[in-house]
Amino acid sequence: MGLRLFLVALVVVVLLVADLRFNSLQTARSLMEFAAAPVYWVADIPSRVGDWKNEHLVSRSDLLEQNEQLGRENLVLQGRSHQMASLLAENVRLRALLNSSAMVRDDVLVAELIGVSPDPVRHQLVLNKGEQDGVFVGQPLIDAHGLLGQVVEVSSLNSRALLITDATHSIPVQVNRNGVRAIAEGIGSLTSLEIHHVSATTDIKEGDLLVTSGLGGRFPIGYPVAVVSEIERDPGLAFARIMARPSAALERSRHVLLVFTAKPAAGN
Amino acid sequence: MVDQGPNAYWLVLASFFCALILAVLPFPHWLAWGRPEWVLLVLVYWVIALPQRVGLITALLLGLILDVVEGAVIGQNAFALVVVTLLALLLYQRLRVFSLAQQAVIVFVLAGLNQMICQWVQNLEGAGSTTLMFLLPAFSSAMLWPFVLHLLRGLRRLYGVS
Repeated sequence: MGLRLFLVALVVVVLLVADLRFNSLQTARSLMEFAAAPVYWVADIPSRVGDWKNEHLVSRSDLLEQNEQLGRENLVLQGRSHQMASLLAENVRLRALLNSSAMVRDDVLVAELIGVSPDPVRHQLVLNKGEQDGVFVGQPLIDAHGLLGQVVEVSSLNSRALLITDATHSIPVQVNRNGVRAIAEGIGSLTSLEIHHVSATTDIKEGDLLVTSGLGGRFPIGYPVAVVSEIERDPGLAFARIMARPSAALERSRHVLLVFTAKPAAGN
Repeated sequence: MVDQGPNAYWLVLASFFCALILAVLPFPHWLAWGRPEWVLLVLVYWVIALPQRVGLITALLLGLILDVVEGAVIGQNAFALVVVTLLALLLYQRLRVFSLAQQAVIVFVLAGLNQMICQWVQNLEGAGSTTLMFLLPAFSSAMLWPFVLHLLRGLRRLYGVS
């Protein structure tokens, strides 16, 4: 038992140091993630049954109501998108005049959530799309309301994404109203982000929308991230204490979008 | 040690697989902090029941799988489960003759230790909990111990695993 204990302790210490200090277990992790796929598959059965029930056991009146609602929504969105098309064309023309690269609409891939991290401190999602579908590490993840996070691990069938609210995640943002730049950091709570190092005199107000600034080179520009919910300007402190509420439905989204950012045209 | 039936060992593996599934099964939001440490409960049971077969190596491998499944730092749960298994191996002769309540107290201590080790490694990563809520699984695990014990003991006797 003594020798075995020594060996096991050695393995544990080596693995911990390799992962924490040198981050050198990515390949091994994605291989093991592939082996762990059956666990997620089985654990996801209850929610799949729930989905099936929601799809197949719906009353006629509910369906009619839903249909009507979707029709209305579609009308509104179509109306907006007509305007959008002409604005987009105008934007491209203006950008061409300014000699900068055209903004291209990003492609997205719909992925389904098959698991969430069981640890309440760790905000991670497991998605049912992997390397086979072209998912890559660092890929941004959005839902209908805003940015969710980014992919941190890819195996051949699944991938794992880190949410923007995880305590180890930070994202460069800017205020949509005036372009003030800041860093939004997760604090381990699903309902708030902390905005760091904004001086007390900066023009930022409650209700301001924070969008991705694209400065980190990882997230595409212009996706909504959070709405400023609380500002505390204490003259005794160097920076204002700012909290923001994430725009995306972090704990509710079941279908999410993986964004394939179009590379900006060369010659910029 | 001779297998009493052709099906002696699959039961252990199957119970570990079920524990892993329970460990990642989606939970209601308000219950998230209190999720019992299923893998720990099942592992402790098998260590007490079959100490000559289930030991440190099993704990290490199981911990690594749990790390990957949970998306934790590789080695976090392995470390915690190895420590817990070591204590269970040292205590198993006493644990076997303990009453159910006494066993539950020991399980409470083991699960609490497991949580604290996990928390320690998470703090090294910078993602630790800010409250003491992370100790809740120790309570829920101790509460579930009698249930796990009776279920697994019944299954073990039914299939004659020894």
